[in-house]
Amino acid sequence: MSGILVIAEHRSGELRPVSLELIGAAQPLKAVTGGPLAVAIVGSGSANFVKSLAVAGVDEILVVPTPGGEPDPDTMAVAIAMLIESRAPGLVLLPHSVDSFGYAGAVAAAGGFGFATDVFQIRFDEGGCVATRGGYGQKVNIEVDFPGRSVAVLAVRSGAFKAPEGESTPAVTVVQMAAPRARARPIEYIEVAAGDDVDMTTAEFILSIGRGIGEEAKVAQFKDLADAVGATLGCSRPIADSGWLPKSRQVGQSGKTASACKLYVAMGVSGAIQHLAGMKHVSTIVAVNSDSAASIFNVATYGIVGDIFAVAEELRSHF
Amino acid sequence: MGSVKGCRWKILVAVKQVSSLEEDFEIRADGRDVEPDFLVRDLNEWDEYSLEEAVKIKEAGAEVEVVAVSVGPEVADEALRKCLAKGADRAIRVWEDAVAGSDSIAVARIVAAVARREKADLVFAGVQSSDHSFASTGTAIAGFLDWPHAAVVNQLAYVQGATRAEVRRELEGGVLQLMEVDCPAVFTIQLGINAPRYASLRSIKQAAAKPIETLCLGDIGLSSADAGEAGSLSRVRRMYVSAKGRAQMIDGTPAEQAARLAAIIKKFTGAGA
Repeated sequence: MSGILVIAEHRSGELRPVSLELIGAAQPLKAVTGGPLAVAIVGSGSANFVKSLAVAGVDEILVVPTPGGEPDPDTMAVAIAMLIESRAPGLVLLPHSVDSFGYAGAVAAAGGFGFATDVFQIRFDEGGCVATRGGYGQKVNIEVDFPGRSVAVLAVRSGAFKAPEGESTPAVTVVQMAAPRARARPIEYIEVAAGDDVDMTTAEFILSIGRGIGEEAKVAQFKDLADAVGATLGCSRPIADSGWLPKSRQVGQSGKTASACKLYVAMGVSGAIQHLAGMKHVSTIVAVNSDSAASIFNVATYGIVGDIFAVAEELRSHF
Repeated sequence: MGSVKGCRWKILVAVKQVSSLEEDFEIRADGRDVEPDFLVRDLNEWDEYSLEEAVKIKEAGAEVEVVAVSVGPEVADEALRKCLAKGADRAIRVWEDAVAGSDSIAVARIVAAVARREKADLVFAGVQSSDHSFASTGTAIAGFLDWPHAAVVNQLAYVQGATRAEVRRELEGGVLQLMEVDCPAVFTIQLGINAPRYASLRSIKQAAAKPIETLCLGDIGLSSADAGEAGSLSRVRRMYVSAKGRAQMIDGTPAEQAARLAAIIKKFTGAGA
């Protein structure tokens, strides 16, 4: 067992950025694991991604074409199991994404591979591979290892590693597989309707509200506050799920990607894991929450423990 | 196909009694977990939604039995009582000392064994738990059962006895995916798929009187090698508080805090202009 296998991810004809981050995570580990760093891309049209995946550190690209459109969970599981068997890597990195939620657990269970998800640090020592993930709502870090397992499959958190700089000229191998009968068949993608005219993806300054506002009647006062300070009003999942604001206003991993956001003021947002994951790229996060134990204080730049309504009212008077 | 069973349809809902931490807490002497005194326990938020989704199918007029199952020590009974109060017909808890230290995969193996024993027609699990967020138990249950599955379902169209379900999955970045899934199947259920009910005082009282069936590994055809560290694919080596630590706190009265926040905002908007 040697070498590293990275499973790249694509959707609607585009490579997902986490794919390159996985290669970035793998690159420094090559010295320890030995063997090649191979990147597999599974699905129809997978050959189109060869150029984008030819980045520094990659020794081989495994193109696994499949019939039909996007790979279904059964096909992904079979493809990964086949690649692990034929290439015998010691370490397999895949994205901790909604797609991998749909196959990673099944692959690990069936293969008896060492397994950890939402991993944001990887190292090797005399005990083998050690992966670090969060616990108890991200309030602690947990190091896990995989005694007695010759292969470790790690689902890696997006944004935890940097994509490598520079290119490479890897070998490209087409790997044929007999696609299983898909028991869960993708039909189509749907974009969440705009809801209103706001575009969270271009907003640089977002003021967000969460469960802490307590009732729908309070939304208006925060809308007024956001307008006054020049922010776009966003929200966390519970607010959108309750219908207090359109789904298009939701930020975090499942909501609209707030990719341009540079200042994020979160009021009454406790910081569920996907929310934090979706906002951690923001350079300045200010969290206002009455609960001093809220997870969001672990990622925020500045924290204010206090009554969000009192702080909001005082803040309003400055603008 | 389950439709020829001629008896009740059964949905198994896997639930977890999760733990959150008090503001101040201590790591256990062996360094591998938090001292249990500092844990605040509750039913996993995602599981409220998967239970509700099962109960909704039952209430649609189908002959459905909803069975809540949890893997954990006696404290997990509290979560199962909550499920009974919110519409589960029966509750099963699996535990023995050998189960301690099980990771999400070992837990999935146990739930899958219960699903087999119960001859379940569908299995629901939450997308993830709010404490350790593995997001893998449900899909691993499907792996052990070799059943079709779909993860992160936020809309489910299914009628009792159907051989297929149509589900809508919530992907990243505000994108949804429609998928058709052969049944029996395992679905991991996302927040927001429904509006979980509150338990009435009456149903809470009734739930308190209902039995919780407790099983050990032998009852479901497993042995101690299938659970605990022996049956897990990972082992906790060390738990610690991140040195990166917390936000820089802005103290003072609300007026003083707001003044600092206003300054941060003005610095940003001023620079951006």
